[in-house]
Formats: sequence, structure tokens, C-alpha cells
Amino acid sequence: MANDKFETPAIKEYPLIPKLQQDASVHIAPFKSKEEFQSPLGYPSELVDDWKEKAIDKMGELLGKYRSLRVYLDSCIQCGACTDKCHYYLGTKDPNNMPVGRQNLFRNVYKRYFTLPGKFFPKLVGATDLTKEVLDEWYTYYHQCSQCRRCAVFCPIGIDTAEISMAAREVMDSIGVGQKYCNEIIAKVNKIGNNLGLPEPALEDTLEGLEEDVKDETGIDVKYPVDVKDAEVLLITPSADFFAEPHVDGLIGYGKVLHQAGISWTLSSHASEAANFGMFIGSYQNMKKLALRIREAALDLNVKRIIFGECGHAWRVAYSFLNTLAGPFDFLDPKYPIPQHICEVTHDLIQKNVLKFDKSANDDMTLTYHDSCNVARASNMGGILGGQFSIPRDIIRSSVNKFYDMDDESINEKTYCCGGGGGLLTDDLIELRVKGALPRMEALKRVIDEHSVTHMAAICAICKSQFSKVFQYYGLELDQIVSLHQLVGNALIMNKKEV
Amino acid sequence: MSFVTILYGTLFYFAAAVLFIGLAYRIYEYAKIPAPLKIPTPPAPKTKTGVAVRIFREVVFFESLFSATKWTWLFSWLFHFALLLALFRHLKYFTDPVWAFVSLEIIQAAGHYGAYIMLFGLFGLFARRIFVDRVRYISSPSDYLMLILIIGIALSGLMMKWFQTDVLAVRQFFLGLMYFEWSELPADAVLLVHLFLVILLMIIFPYSKLLHAPGLFFSPTRNQTDTSREDRHISDWARKLESMKE
Repeated sequence: MANDKFETPAIKEYPLIPKLQQDASVHIAPFKSKEEFQSPLGYPSELVDDWKEKAIDKMGELLGKYRSLRVYLDSCIQCGACTDKCHYYLGTKDPNNMPVGRQNLFRNVYKRYFTLPGKFFPKLVGATDLTKEVLDEWYTYYHQCSQCRRCAVFCPIGIDTAEISMAAREVMDSIGVGQKYCNEIIAKVNKIGNNLGLPEPALEDTLEGLEEDVKDETGIDVKYPVDVKDAEVLLITPSADFFAEPHVDGLIGYGKVLHQAGISWTLSSHASEAANFGMFIGSYQNMKKLALRIREAALDLNVKRIIFGECGHAWRVAYSFLNTLAGPFDFLDPKYPIPQHICEVTHDLIQKNVLKFDKSANDDMTLTYHDSCNVARASNMGGILGGQFSIPRDIIRSSVNKFYDMDDESINEKTYCCGGGGGLLTDDLIELRVKGALPRMEALKRVIDEHSVTHMAAICAICKSQFSKVFQYYGLELDQIVSLHQLVGNALIMNKKEV
Repeated sequence: MSFVTILYGTLFYFAAAVLFIGLAYRIYEYAKIPAPLKIPTPPAPKTKTGVAVRIFREVVFFESLFSATKWTWLFSWLFHFALLLALFRHLKYFTDPVWAFVSLEIIQAAGHYGAYIMLFGLFGLFARRIFVDRVRYISSPSDYLMLILIIGIALSGLMMKWFQTDVLAVRQFFLGLMYFEWSELPADAVLLVHLFLVILLMIIFPYSKLLHAPGLFFSPTRNQTDTSREDRHISDWARKLESMKE
């Protein structure tokens, strides 16, 4: 954007830990939610009168419901191991973006109201009263956390800032301080079925257009069906896959894979969204409500399997939480994991020699792969240790000739968030998103320089949208981010005969 | 019975009660609060045995900390390791007859030289708080005081070696407390300082960040198995929301 009032951070040759700069990103906060988005989720529309008491009560409630929250607030040694691990700290230099700095905004209030030393000696232990200023700090800095959990990997106790950030957002929602982007989207899914508010006719229209495009390109009638009863597979994919670039190329790829394997499948207009923004706001109830749409669609369409498309947070909720939130799925075929990731399906078909590739179809690209944070650190694939790292890479190696990984410190479980996760993929946070992308951009620039990498593949709708937006700030082209199943779709050798 | 003996005897009973009851209560609280969602971080094991191995590696080697920062790892691992050596050496004050391995010359010597290692680690951690701007930013007065307290314990402990404290009388004092047959505590200034700081540490334990010790065992990112697709994991309070299904 031309009117941006911030500087894109300079790419350094080697990653350096920046000196901290107090309040460097204190001016960045997302738009607040309004009544029309708050009420449908059961939250007050504006800051309630007795907000302080209500907030403390809510903290108490959450402390009794989430062991993670209680243990993590008590156990931090303030050792500093996490201080240089957050991409937002590395990009903004604001000390409140150090994971422990961020946690302490909540922890210090916890100490004041829930611990003896904090009640009697607040100054000594750094306990603080919950004031309007503190609440503002919460709003600002808990919306500068993408809940990517990189800090949790390095913490000697395993303290997960995402757990605290989710709790803080839930406390804020409960007193009427919600974030527009997340809450608007949740309300939209509840009403229409997807984040984009794409109604059924528009969805059908888009998919028909897709079928025509694929027919033109391949001469084969690959179907992109919606609401087909008794299909074997219900495909749940992020709604960005329906039209955003490069997401849609991924959807084309899933269709080709399933067509080639002869698996009958359908999308659902009722559950036309894989992402579950209930997680971002820490609301178990909202997360469950959204997850139940998938159960309802699966029952309604009488499918035997559920497969998820490329979406990081969606896969976290699907892999780690779906059974809890919307299970048991005893009506599905127990021969397959419930749910499955499209990468697991494709990988399996490659192993069984069902899919054949002409890798040269991707020879115009040299690839690297961005591990999406929630896939990397909050899920698994294939039921094998590290499958979430090896399976996508195996698929890429099967479909392209030229592939190079980025630095070890920036891939696998140590991957950096793209900078737009956790409900921050909104234009009102563009400065944060650009700065938060810095560590990934530095790692990417190095493989570009060393191996002439031209494109980066990802399996997350947020990552794809985020990179196609922030690339331009770092002198890259927006089409240098690609969907993993775009590579698969390009290289897959399709049989002409109908299945 | 001297005033000092009565004072320290009483304080030790009080401190022991706070430490053991307080810690037991914290553990009870942690165990009681549900973990409603599966949130293990990679590499997440699939079995309980795998979890035990993972926690063991964290407790013994500080594996995550090692991958995060080598200096903090070095200082804190040396400190904790030396603490263990010191604990072994001190068992001679609380076991009757003294456990065989505790009386070994090597255990006693390791406990003694361990104090120097401990101080090295503690000063290293203190230096990090002062010289690394990020760590300085997050440090509250209690973080410095905690280090000073433990440095005080280590230093006063070492000094007793130089001042020839009557350790046999000290042993009688502690065994007396344990078996309710009190005996006199030598009124030795360095010893009294050492013991007073230990009493403080015991009382502070269940109310401070020292809870990281039980906390690690209850940390869901580390102690959960990665079996969310295989087994339905649901907490009691979440079960009440099951009615949302139709």
C-alpha cells in the first residue's frame, strides 16, 4: 500500500537478535468488534460497567478450566530462553512481543489477584492492578501474537504463550472488548457456512467455473462437486480455496488427485469452511459450535471419510480437537484416520503407485517449503513421528525436480509463523504482518541467493494469503507463493478414461 | 534448651509444614484442573512410556532449554546439578544410620566442590539478568532476590567448611527434630545464617516461580500423548456442552 507509514525491516545476511525498543509496536492494534459481531457470539457489545470484576471472575473461571493456563502462569522462571524466539519480537523489537513479556501482561494481573505474594508484595514480584491501561495493553499485545507456539518448543517448562493469549482474548470478549476480524468471521460461518460469506449458489457457480478451467487445461472432466449425498469423502477446505490465488490451484490439485484415485467426494455448503476461528479467540464453545457443522454435514451427506484441505489452523483443530469437539465419529469408516489431511491421502496414493508424476511440468520452478506453524507444532500426519514435516516434503519431491529446504532453525518444529496467523490476517494489522514476516523472509532470501529458489510452497490458507501480500514489501512477487497441491496438480499424469 | 534451638526448631517445623503441605496442595490443584484439549508440542510421543522418557529428558538434561540458549542452559544445568550433589551430601544430616552411598568419600567431596559449581552457575544466571537487555527487561526484584537467596545459602554453606562448624551437633539437631527428641543447635553465626536462608527458601517455594519444579510434570505441551484421532479426549466440564449436538 502506498500510504504505509512504516518501514519494512531490512533483511540481514545473518539473523541477529535485535536490541529491545520499548513501545516499538504499541501503536498497532486491530479494529475493535461491534455489536453486530459481538451479540451473535454471546458477548457484550461494548466494555461493560463492572468490567474489572467481570474480568477477574472470568480469569478465575478459566484458571479452573484449563490446567495449561494455571500451570503456565505459576511456572515461568523468567529465564529468558524464549525472549528471542517470537517472529513479532524479531520484527518489531518491542519487548512486549517477547513471549515472556507478552505472558507477563496477563501473569502480573494473575499474581495481583490470585497469589499471596502478589496481594501482599505486588512491587516485589511485579504484580499489577488491572487498570484500563493494562486492558489496552492486553488488547494490543494479545493481538500481536499469532499463537504459533514457537516459544513453547524452546521453553524448558513447555509454557505455551498461545494458551495465555487465547485466555486473554476470551477474558476480553467476555467484558465486551472483542476483535472485529475474528468475531465477524465467526458470525459469518454460523450464518452462511464459511469465512468469506460465500452463499451456496455462488459456491456452485465458482466450482462449475473451476471444472471448465480444468477441462480446458487437461481435456478431462474432473468434478468439483458440492452437497452430493453418499459420496465416499467429505472434503473440508478453507473457503479461500474457492477463489483466492494461489489457494484455488491447490483445490484444483485435490480434485485431480481424488479423480485419478477414483475416490468419490463432495464439498458441503453447510460446512464450506475448514478454518475454525473459535480457537483464535480461545472460546471452546464457539470452536465446538463451528466444529459441529462438520459433523452435521458428514451425517447429512452420509459420507464415509472426512478429508481436510490445506489449512494450518484448520488442521490443528481437525487433528487435535475435532474428535474432542464433535466426536465420536463412529459413523465413519474406521479404516481411515478421522479426519485425514489431503497430504496424507496424496502421500498414501503415491506410496501405492496410484499416482504418477511428470516432474518436468514444474521445471519452471525451484521450490522451498514453508512449514505452517499449526501443522508443524500442533498436529501430525501419517501417525509417524515428524510425519507432518516429512509427508509434505515427500510429496513435493515426488512432483518437482528442484527442491531445497531453508535453514534448520526456521523449518520443522522450529518454523517461523508467516506473520498472519492467529486471527491477525487483516489489513488493519498490515504493519505487524510485514514486520512479523521478517524471520521467514530472511530464511527465504538465503535459499533464493544460495540455490536460486524461485517459489515457496505452503499448506495453509493464511500463510498463502499473508505471503502473497507481504512478499511485495520485501521485493518478491506475489505469485512466488504456491499451494502444495498446485505442484501435485501440475505434475500429476491424468488418465484420459473416465473413472 | 537454648532460645536459638527453640526458635530454629519451631521455624523448621513451620517451614517444613509450609513446604510439604503447600507443595502437596499445589500438586493437588494442578492434578484437579482438567486439560480439556490435546496440545502436545512436537516431537509428541504416542505412548505413556514415550511421555515418561520425554519428561525424563527434560528434567535431567533440560533438553528444550539446550535448544533455546546454550549459556542459560549451561548456567542453569550446572546450578541444578550441583544442587543435587549438595542434596546428596546433606542427606547425612537426615538419615540414621547414614545411607551407605551418602557416606562415600566421593559423594561428600562432590557435594563440597559442587558448591563452587553451583556458585558459578548462579553468578552466570545473575549476570544474564544484568547484562542481557531482554532478560533484564523481564526481571522483577524477586527474580534477583531469589538468586541472591540461593547464592547466600551456597556461600554460607561453604563458609562453614572454613569455620569448622560442629556438624555432628547439627546432625543431632535435625535427627532430634525428626524423631521429636530435640537436641541443642550450635549457636554458630554462619550456620544460623545458612539455616535461616534455607527456612526462607522452604517457605517461599509453594508461592513462587519455584513451582516450575512440579509445573514441568503437569505441563500439557510436554506430558500429553499424541493420540487425539485415536482416542476421544474430553474433560468433565466439556462433556456438559455435548448437548450442543442437535
